[in-house]
Amino acid sequence: MAQAVVSTPGAAAGAGPPAALERPDFQIVPRAGLPIVAVVLVALIAGIASNKLWPLEFLHVVGGAAWTVIDLFLGFVLGPIMGKLSIPARVEFTTRLMPKMVLIMPTVVTVTLAAGWQLSTHLGTNLTVSPLHGWVVASFIVVGVMAVIALGLLEPANVAVLTELKKPQPNPEVIERLMKRFIYTAGATGLMQIATLVIMTKLAAG
Amino acid sequence: MSASSPQTERRLPPVTQLGMLSLGLVLVGGIYLSAHLPEHVSLGPAVGLLAASALVFAGNLLALARVKGFAWARFFAVAKWALLAYALISGMIEYVFLRNHTSGGPLVVLTLSLVLFAVNVPVLIGFTVARYD
Repeated sequence: MAQAVVSTPGAAAGAGPPAALERPDFQIVPRAGLPIVAVVLVALIAGIASNKLWPLEFLHVVGGAAWTVIDLFLGFVLGPIMGKLSIPARVEFTTRLMPKMVLIMPTVVTVTLAAGWQLSTHLGTNLTVSPLHGWVVASFIVVGVMAVIALGLLEPANVAVLTELKKPQPNPEVIERLMKRFIYTAGATGLMQIATLVIMTKLAAG
Repeated sequence: MSASSPQTERRLPPVTQLGMLSLGLVLVGGIYLSAHLPEHVSLGPAVGLLAASALVFAGNLLALARVKGFAWARFFAVAKWALLAYALISGMIEYVFLRNHTSGGPLVVLTLSLVLFAVNVPVLIGFTVARYD
């Protein structure tokens, strides 16, 4: 596997000999994952077109569970661990984890939202006369806030850190800053996922 | 290059903040409409929020266009792929509305909201990447 080098801040400041980090080669968007995304999206279109309960439940529950668990795990388990790793370990972990996140997160979010809307239409919970309508609207609001945080801060930081790591001379301080932003926003969306769990279990319980 | 170099410390317009504001406005409009569909819904609030979001987005682009020496090549290299991805995501959500026979004014407002959503995110991603170039 091809590798590149990242200079540490000490080296950039001219403090002693350059400390170089090995950086594995990687693709910002892993092309091998694109066919899997295509299959998932085709399944989503088929599920919505069929408008049957089981496929819609399956897509919404699987997508939503993946979205919630990934956010919680990243925000409260992996995030703090990444913050304590040495810089070389963090760089290696980042180059292996974050390209996958570029594909996984938009896909699970799209599947969850599109299947969720269709499921809600199928069950009638999006009608204002439904006793659960307030909970459905609450879920829209939670998702809306999470979307603004994720799309405005988290996703751009994810792509930017990978682009920085692709450069011949990546700037460790830029990577550090973007990684902090990624971890904090993952924590914030993780917290909001607890609200999602409350709402969704209430909706399932009726 | 260190983080304190002019490239990373130069003054840039608040593109991320404005982009998030524009995104937030269009999402509030979308939530308002979605909370009422498929029943009759007054379009006034959603149109107002959509117009405000479009204005903020246009102002954001104008502010960014005035930045001298901005890494536009890097911006477009990233933003074009992000646009493709988010156009696809918006298309999937539009498909759900069409599947449920949403039509007329609500469909127009929702479609324009999805267009604004699909162009806002690539700007946010492209800017975050290009500002460090």
